[in-house]
This record gives sequence, C-alpha cells and structure tokens, in this order.
Amino acid sequence: MTALVEVNNLSKAFGGVHAVESVSFSVDAGQVYSVIGPNGAGKTTLFNLITGLYTPTSGEVKLHGESIAKLLPNQLAERGMCRTFQQMQICMNMTAIENVMLGRHLTLKSNLLTTLFRLPALTRGEKAAREKAAELMEFVGCGEYLDTEASAMSYGALKRLEIARALAAEPKVVLLDEPAAGLNAVETAALEDLIRKIAEQGITVMLVEHDMKLVMGISDRLLVLNYGRVLAEGTPEQIRANPDVIAAYLGG
Amino acid sequence: MFSEFLQYLFTGITIGATYALIALGFTLIYNASHVINFAQGEFLMIGGMATVSLTAMGVPMLLAIVLAVVLAGLLGIALQRLAIAPAKNADVVTLIIITIGASIFIRGLAQLVWGKQYHVMPNFSSDQPIEIFGAVLNSQSLWVLGVGAVLVAVLVYFFTRTLTGKAILATSMNKDAARLVGIRTQVVLMLAFMVSALLGSVAGIVVAPITFTSYDIGIILGLKGFVAAAIGGLGSGMGAVVGGLALGVVEAMAAGYLSSDYKDAVAFSMILLVLFFMPRGLFGAKIVERV
Amino acid sequence: MMARLSQFRLRGLVFLAIVVFALPLFLSNPFHYGLATQIALIAGAVVGLNLLVGFAGQISLGHAGFFGLGAYFSAIMTGTYGWSAIPALVVGAVVVAIIAWVVGRPILRLKGHYLSMATLAVGFIIAIILNNEREITGGPDGMPVPPFDVFGWELSAFGQYSLFGMDISGDLAWYLFAGVVLLVAVWLAQNLIDSPIGRALRSVHGSEVAASVVGVNTAKYKSLVFVISAVYASVMGALYGHFQGFITPSVASFDFSILLITMVVLGGMGSTIGVIIGAVVLELLPQVLADFQEMEMVLFGLILMLTMIFMPKGLLPTAANFLTKRRSKSAGGDA
Repeated sequence: MTALVEVNNLSKAFGGVHAVESVSFSVDAGQVYSVIGPNGAGKTTLFNLITGLYTPTSGEVKLHGESIAKLLPNQLAERGMCRTFQQMQICMNMTAIENVMLGRHLTLKSNLLTTLFRLPALTRGEKAAREKAAELMEFVGCGEYLDTEASAMSYGALKRLEIARALAAEPKVVLLDEPAAGLNAVETAALEDLIRKIAEQGITVMLVEHDMKLVMGISDRLLVLNYGRVLAEGTPEQIRANPDVIAAYLGG
Repeated sequence: MFSEFLQYLFTGITIGATYALIALGFTLIYNASHVINFAQGEFLMIGGMATVSLTAMGVPMLLAIVLAVVLAGLLGIALQRLAIAPAKNADVVTLIIITIGASIFIRGLAQLVWGKQYHVMPNFSSDQPIEIFGAVLNSQSLWVLGVGAVLVAVLVYFFTRTLTGKAILATSMNKDAARLVGIRTQVVLMLAFMVSALLGSVAGIVVAPITFTSYDIGIILGLKGFVAAAIGGLGSGMGAVVGGLALGVVEAMAAGYLSSDYKDAVAFSMILLVLFFMPRGLFGAKIVERV
Repeated sequence: MMARLSQFRLRGLVFLAIVVFALPLFLSNPFHYGLATQIALIAGAVVGLNLLVGFAGQISLGHAGFFGLGAYFSAIMTGTYGWSAIPALVVGAVVVAIIAWVVGRPILRLKGHYLSMATLAVGFIIAIILNNEREITGGPDGMPVPPFDVFGWELSAFGQYSLFGMDISGDLAWYLFAGVVLLVAVWLAQNLIDSPIGRALRSVHGSEVAASVVGVNTAKYKSLVFVISAVYASVMGALYGHFQGFITPSVASFDFSILLITMVVLGGMGSTIGVIIGAVVLELLPQVLADFQEMEMVLFGLILMLTMIFMPKGLLPTAANFLTKRRSKSAGGDA
C-alpha cells in the first residue's frame, strides 16, 4: 500500500543553517504519527516543507504518491491536506463560526452571481455550512462560542477552533503543529481525547509536539529529530528504549 | 545632437541629485523605523519657502538658510514625536495614512502662512549660464551637485564613523537588541527624522532657484523621491543615490526625446516596472518570510 | 470589528433606507439636493473601496483613477459618440474591470509599502493620461457630460418630472436615483461579505496563511476584490459625471484618492455603514468650514492624523466598542 505521506531525503537550508537535513520517513493512512525533538530541531520547518509553505533545498515530499513540489498550499488542501499552526493563525476579524466556515471553502460552490444577489442556492449552502461548522465546534469542545468574535476568545479555545477549521475542510491528513503548547494539564487531556476521536474517524494525524506524555499516549509511530536530522524512528516503545534518544532528548 | 543629449543629461543629473537627497531622507527614516514618510517632500518645501520668505523680510541669505534648515529639523522631530510615536505598533496602512495626513497638514500650514503663489529664489552665484559643448548648464546645478555630494559624504562618515550614526543603524536592524545595549531608541528615532528633515530642506533650498517654489511642490517631489528610493532598494543608501540619479536622467531623457507632457508618468512607470520585475530594487535586501 | 454580521446587515440597510427617503423632508433647495446626491455617489464608490481596504486588508492609494476612468469613459461615449448612458456605463465598467484585472494580478503580489506605491503609480498614470490627451478628454480644462438617459428619457437636475402623480424637480429626482443606487450598492456589498467569497476575502486580511491551507486561492480573491472595487468606482464615477454635467481630471487625482481612503479609514474599515458616515462627514466638512476655507487643508490633515492615532479602527467601530463597554460595565460585567 502506498504511504499517504512520503518524505524522501528532504533538506532545507536557510543560508548556512541546515534546518532540515536528509530526512526520510513515511506515514500510512489512518496512523497517528508524531514528530518530536528538542527546540530548534527543525520540526516546524519540516511541517512547513510538507505543507508547501517552504520549498525544499533538495529531496521531495509526496502526497498520495504524487510529488507536491509544484503545488501551492491551497492546492494541497484540495488534495486533502490540512494543518494548524504553532503560532495560531486565526482570522481575528471574524467570528468563531465564520473561521470554521472558512474551512468549508472547498466544499461550498458559489459564484459571484448567486453571492451578489443572495440567491437560494447560496443561502442553502450557507445554512448547511453553518450547521456543519457548529457540529465541528461541538466536536472539538468550543461549541459555546459560535458567534463570539474570535478576538474575544481564550487561547485554549482558539487552539481548538483552529483544529475545527482544519477538520472542516474534510482532510485525509491533518497536521497539528504543537497543539498542546500553552495548554494546562486538563486542556491537554481533552486534546488527547480529541486527537483520538479524530483518528477514530479514519483521518491521518501528524503531530509536532513537546509534551511527551501526550505523544507517547496517542502515537502509532514517532520520528525523533535532532539538529535537523533523523535521530530515531519507530513505535513509542522502541523510541522510549532507544539510547540515543534518551541521551539527546529525554534526559535523565 | 550631442549638445542636446548633454543638455538632457545635465538636467537629468541635477534633478536626479535632488531626488537622491529626498530618497536618502526616505531611506534614513525607513531604516530607523520602517515607516515610509509620505511627508518627506514637505521638508523640501519648507526649506525653500522658509528661505524665500525670510530673505524677503530682509534676513541675510546665509542666515535665512540656516534658520530654514533648523525649522525643518524641528518639524522632523515634531513629526516623529507627535504623529509617529503615539501610533506605536500600528499597521502599515495606518502609518501610511498618518504620514499622508502629516504632509497635508504641513502643506495646509504652508498655504496659510505663505499663500498659494509661486516664489522665486535667485541663484546662489551667477545668473550666467555655463556653456559646455553646446549644452547650457545653469550655475545653480553645480551647487545642487556639489551640495549633494557633500551631504552624501557627510552621511557616509556619520553612519560609518560616529557612534550616533551606528546607533541609528543598530536600532534599525533590531530595535529591542539596541535598547538592551543601552541605545535610547526614542532619541535615535527623533534623530533619524531630524536628519532626514535637514537633508530634505537643504535639497529644497539648493534646487529652489531652478524650479521655483510654492506650498505644494512637496507632493510630487516627495513621491518621486520615494520612487527613486524604491528603485534603488528601500533601505539602501547607495540605492537611494543611484535610484535618484537614474530616475532624474531617465525622466529628462524621456521628456526630451519622447514627450514632455508625460514627464511625470516616467517615474510612476519606472516604479511599476521595478515592482513587477525587481521588487527589492537594485540594491535592496533579500526578503525572507518566515511563518 | 463587525460583530454579528447577519444581524447588523439588515439593520444597517434599513437604517440607511430610512435616512435616504426621509432626508428630502429636511432639504429645501437645489444646492442641498445637489450636495446630498454628490455624497451618495461618492459614498457608493467608498463602499466599494471598503471591500478592498477594510475587508480584504489591501491598500489602494490610486482608486480615484478608476472613478475617473468610469467618468471619462461615459462622458466620451455619450458625449463624443452619442451612445446612450446605460450601455456606456456598463461597457465602461467592463473596460475598467479588465484594466483592474490586468494591473491587479502583478500588483497584488506585493504587500504593504510596495502595494501602496504600485496603486499610487497606477492612479497617477491614469490621471496624467486623462490630463494630457486633450483631443479626447479636453485636457486640464475638462469636458462636458450629457445628462443621464434611459431609453431616450433624460434625467437632468434641471428637469421637471412627476412620480406617483407628484411633481418632482430634477434635483430631487437625481437625489432619489442616487439614493437608490447607493442602497443597491450597499446591499450587494453586504451580500458579498456574508458569503463564502466574503469569508475568503476577509481571511486574506485576517490570515493569508490560514486561508491558503484551507484551500483559498488568495491571489485569485485579491484580484477579485480589486476588480469589484474598481467596478464600483467606475459606475459611481460615470453617474457622477452625468450628474455634474462636467468633469475635469481632478476626479482621478491623487488628492481624490486620498479623500476616498480617508473616508474608509474615518468611517471604520470593514464597516459598510461606517464608511458612508465617513463620506458624509468629509464631504460636509468643506461646507461647514466655508468661512475657514484656508484652514480646510490643515484641518483635513489633522483629522487624518488624529483618527489614525487615536481611533485606528475608525469612528463607527470605536463608538460601537465604547458603547458596548459602557453597557457591560453598567450591567455589572467585567469590562
């Protein structure tokens, strides 16, 4: 079976800094795959490469067996890849539900005519989109904020909102960049449940995370990065027992 | 034929030198604060108009020039303290509109004080044009070029040799780091605006005998200076000078050989070409966007 | 900024309609009607500009160029070539749309200062061409514009008409026409904002990165909103020309571009009704300051600076914020 996401010998250099060097791995459909490593190991750069925000210096990324080299982020979304950001990218000029409805963009058919004159086709689509968005907001646990201005929401709620938006695009694979950052223990436990629920729906989840407990608890496989290179790859048990990983990252 | 070419070249270099000085003013402020000062052209206007009205009141020329330049410098500081600083971390659109507002405000004041008429300033030295290979050169042009060169030299020295100059550069590269090493960034910002205003006003005074001066010459000259700075690469001093001279020459050539009606359109067409094909300009820094 | 759009949407439009139709009760002479008509037409252009600047977060310092193009196209087609007004207006809008699309594609890849520079340059080039091509445009002295006509029936400020049996002067007729046009302009804009296309546009302002990862082709939407706002300006410009009966290149000038942007900024970027208020305030200002005509520029510059420094969100949103804070304070909430 072809892997859903395939990374071959991927490298990215910013001037003299080798943020990511010769990284290779693959993610199968339905897995929860986590990327861990110390700060500056290149995790977010890796995500940015996979999601088309950065162009690799060398190597390639394949989605469904197709190289993503010439594709823009919005084209990747069309092919079923969605993500959240370490530094949240929420549209603060809209309400919470509008942010999630934005995620429905690809599924909504609209043209200028139906939009300008508010024809029934448009209002029907809007109603359906709103319902789906409300459903998703319930699913992620911020259902009480439907019409709240995004700028008025708490950090934790916004993080969940971003996940709802990513899910709204009905992706095959969703990449979560440090979803637990800034969350307390209670919120992190809720996040773990959420990720499990997402995986149960058959959506592939790729995770960049620092929170070891979270990562070990939900991942099928892990990739450990250090200074931009792959240090180890395997199941949580394998990684836990790996001496290099223990030395470099998990410490004493 | 050759004399015609030379004529256009002289005109072009002269006005180009003016554009270069305005562009340097833009660059200075942009480097220190990442603000594009749409009021830059007004410093030019203040320099010329203040000198003219002071001399008309009987003040000796040299003193009038000094006073006019000082006035412009104070205006620059006021602009930074009263209009830019209070806006703190406003976004680009906001800052642009603030400086546009400032330019309109200053122009309005100038109109109140000096009215709408054109004023003439006599040449610094002789009124006799100089003939070179059939082309006629206004003696004032030599003043423009000379003063321009001196100013550029002074600026280079200031930024590379003096502590204050280096402080300004440091602030522009990383405001927080600069503050941490003890540089008083607020003072630096005021200085940047002041020096920029001084530059602009001197340019305005030197070029006034050639172009006449009135309350509204600031806009178009300012805009062209901005274009020159962008052509050379926003933030690069060398770019400002090269951009200014290039713009002046191309403009003069186009006006001479193609159509003088469309002279002003040259600057704007050039900037569009640069923005489309070479957005960083000739000497601009590479922009890397990190998410 | 724009809270609960769908609720405010209808309220704003109804409020505007009431104002538009009730105003004639307070106006008495042709001058008043003329001013109100002018305000309505310019406000229409500002509503379009607001889509670009307020909602999509772009900058345009040359928008008067499109207004001028619309005005001159109609003026030339109806005046020199005897076209009827509506075809001229429509074709003009299409021409401006094409120009905006062609020019917009490369320009909108730029951001911030570079974008402002590029739009400034485009506006200036248009103004310079209009100024120079004397034979076609009449040059700096301007050119006359025939009255607006629909299937041979003319709408002129000097005419006499009857509506529902009542006698209406040309001024009032033009005012009502302009008022209706403005209402339609607002209605279309509001429909656009509260839709998938509208959200895509607003996301360009909110977070381009977020937009692109959910599949929004940000380049396409920036282009789209640029073209739409240009068409708004073009249509309003054409009507403006017919109304005034005479136009000069000043309708495409940098000063007018700045005035338009100021109206957007003053009223509150992203607030459709707000920017109309901005237009009203700034158009009435010269009238109020008639005695202090020399102070006009000084005051205008001052308003620009003060608004942007202290009320960067604009008059309406700041006022709305202030009122909601007051309300929640008195209700005992933690404001």
